[in-house]
Order: sequence, then C-alpha cells, then structure tokens
Amino acid sequence: MKLSQALLNQNRLALSRILTQVENNSESGRSALNELFPHTGKAHLIGITGAPGTGKSTLVNQLALYYRKEKDYRIAILAVDPSSPFTGGAVLGDRVRMRDLSGDPNIFIRSMASRGSLGGLAQSTVAMVQVFDAAKFDVILIETVGAGQAEVDIAKLAHTTLVVEAPGLGDDIQAIKAGIMEIADILVINKADRPGVENTERALKGMLELAHPTRRVFQHHGQRMVVEAPSKAEEQNPIWIPEVKRTIAKDGEGINELCETIERHLTFLREGGEWVTRERTQLQSTFDSLLRENLFTRFLDELSPDAYEKTLSKIMKREESPWGAVEKILNGRKV
Amino acid sequence: MVERKIRVLVAKPGLDGHDRGAKVVARALRDAGMEVIYTGLRQTPEMIAEAALQEDVDVIGISILSGAHMALVPRILELMKANGQDDVLLFLGGIIPEDDISQLKEMGVSGVYGPGASTEDIVTQIRADVLERA
Repeated sequence: MKLSQALLNQNRLALSRILTQVENNSESGRSALNELFPHTGKAHLIGITGAPGTGKSTLVNQLALYYRKEKDYRIAILAVDPSSPFTGGAVLGDRVRMRDLSGDPNIFIRSMASRGSLGGLAQSTVAMVQVFDAAKFDVILIETVGAGQAEVDIAKLAHTTLVVEAPGLGDDIQAIKAGIMEIADILVINKADRPGVENTERALKGMLELAHPTRRVFQHHGQRMVVEAPSKAEEQNPIWIPEVKRTIAKDGEGINELCETIERHLTFLREGGEWVTRERTQLQSTFDSLLRENLFTRFLDELSPDAYEKTLSKIMKREESPWGAVEKILNGRKV
Repeated sequence: MVERKIRVLVAKPGLDGHDRGAKVVARALRDAGMEVIYTGLRQTPEMIAEAALQEDVDVIGISILSGAHMALVPRILELMKANGQDDVLLFLGGIIPEDDISQLKEMGVSGVYGPGASTEDIVTQIRADVLERA
C-alpha cells in the first residue's frame, strides 16, 4: 500500500515517514503532498512562540492535556528548535517537557530542526503542517523559539498565535519594539508566580492600549479623568483585540482560561470571515515562494554555467553592476 | 535537495538519574552535524519506542547505569519491531558488564560503549552503520 494511503488510514509509521520525506523536500515528499493536499484545510493551527526559557514547551504540554481531556481532540505538535549554524547539528529537547503526553495514541509529537535558511524553514513547516492536517488532527500546535523573522513567518501560518512572555525578561521598551509582539492574538504571561508579573502585565496591556484605545477612567493628581474611545469605523467590522492571560504552566494554572480564549478566537475567525482571509494569505505565500524558488532554479538551469561565471567576474571587476546584469540577462541580452 | 540528516533519539530508560553521559553524547552528535532528539530521564521502553516512531529516527542511543539493561534492551527491541522499526539502529552506553555485551549484540544492539569510550568513535560508528543500512 502507498504511504499516503496508509497515512489516511491513520498509520503512524506512514505519517512519520512522510514527515521525514517532506522535511527533506524529496521527490517522494512532494508527491505525497500532492496526494494529501485535498484532505487538508480542516485543522486549527495554533502557533506558540516566545523567547527561550519562557516555558513554551510546558505550556504546549498543558494545552495538549486540556484538549485531550475536555474536547477529545486529536493533537499534533510540531516543535521547532534551532540548528547550529556551524555544524548543522541540533539538540531538540522539547520532548523533555512533554512526557505527560506519551502513551496517548491521539497525540503525535514531532521535533524539527530549523536547518539554516529562513524561507526554507517556513516552507517546510507549512508542508509538515499540511501532512498533519491530512492525517485528521483537530488541533496542530506549532512551537518555535521567537527570535526573528523565521518565527514571525511561521506564526503567520497559524490561525491563532500565542506569544509567551515571562516576568523579568524586559522592560516596557521591549514591549513597544516592533516585531514579535505584533503578531500575537493572545499574549501569555507564563511563570506568573514570579515577582514582577504586574509590571510585565502593565507593559503588555499598555502596548495593546496604544494599538486599540478604549474608554478609560483614571485618577491623575486627585482628579477623575475620562478619555473617550475614538469612534471607530471598524465597529461594523469586528476586530480581535489581543488578550493578555496569566498562566503557571508547570502547575496547570490559568490553562482553562487560556483555552477558552483560544476557543473565542477560533469562533471570531470562523464567524467574522478572518479564517478565509488567513487561509488565503498563507496559501498565497506558499504558492509565491514555491513559484519564486522554482523559477529561479529553472532559470539558472537554462543559463550556461559559463555565462553565469562570466557575468559574476564582470561584476567583481566593477565592469557591470548586479542591477544592470540582471536586467540584461532577463532581457535575453548577453552581458 | 537538502542533504539527508542523521536523526538520533537519545534517551535514558530505567530509574538511575545519571544523565551526564547521555548529555555528553548528545552534544557530541550535535557537533558532528546530527539532529539529536533528547528525551530525558526515566523513560519507559514504551516511551522510547513511541518517541522513535514519531521522530522517524535512524538511531536510538540509550544510556543505562542501573544494571537493568538485560531487561530493558530486549523490551525496547521488541517494541521497535512491533512498530515496524526493526531497521533502526540501537546503541547502548553506560555500565555494561563485559559478559553481557556479546549477548546484547546477538539480540541486535549495534554498539555498546562504556566509560572511557571516545565520542569520536561513537560518531564514526553511527555514520558508518547508518550509511550501510541506507
């Protein structure tokens, strides 16, 4: 029997083997993706990102336990850890925090190394997630270390993105820096039993307040002051205002409330039409990057290696600029 | 196409808590360019076989210093076989008496490394054996 058929019949070894083929971007992996794609598009993708040591894996462990117990969902977890930029090797340690999940046939955990290239990681993550989706997992949890563009890209493929923070990691200037915080649908302050949790919460809420002003009443030098919320054109078009949630993942505290918020976000996506928009964005970016990569490869194949080298050496000698050379080559002229 | 990576599961079955050796080996394999899935202490044979299945590893490396290897290893091999993963290589480290080594190898263990073994030898052996299986 073919591997992809075995996968659709819930064979776990077949699933595992296909994940490897897809991760390696092999011929067999691509043909499996072709066959599996019609079966995808049903799972709820939840991205979990944040700085190292904020407790992402422990949180993922708790989320999976909750979904198993309360909803009887089938859960897949894709845990991405960095590869060494020097040796290409990696130690993937997320399973250490997920030992509660072993022995349950309805949970499947896969560790993945980032393997170098930026765009490449996002692409293979998309592909791995499609495989899980076809294998009929209800929820797919994607865990990444939030450190840069690659993680932002991965977060974009999720329907719901959780950014995990912990007290004491940075001041309110960190919170207003651009980037990772802006992608959050839900901000989680984990390790909420640590000192400084109020400061972290205030900083995050302050940041959200700037982005989404609401009516505020406060005391200033003994005076009661009211700031009315600006009237919004968005009122007909409901928007999701990110929520801040406290958890203590190691003790399972705050998990129920967090999961209820995730469910609310899912309802918002489904009812407000956001779901379709996100699907479109994600599939378009997959389509575009595949197109870009393949066109580039094909174009290089058609160009003789000799001509390529010659152009490069002209550029080295400053006889031709990279901009000019590209234009000439694309117009079919020799440089 | 991305070059094929060797994936290794490093686990510590049984009840002893001495994981320094397992961590040193994990680090050495990482530095040799392999992808190491580290699962930590007190793993049951069932947990190890399940993790190996989900991670589709080429190699399982286990470390046992409790003396329970003659009970744990056959069970792990049996579970691997049941999962259809009898092509996965099993390496063993820790305190293993000389007399048991030949028996373990007969059962299907690819290599046994005790105190003083060089990580370079382990890396070389794993590479050679994986290449042979492929």
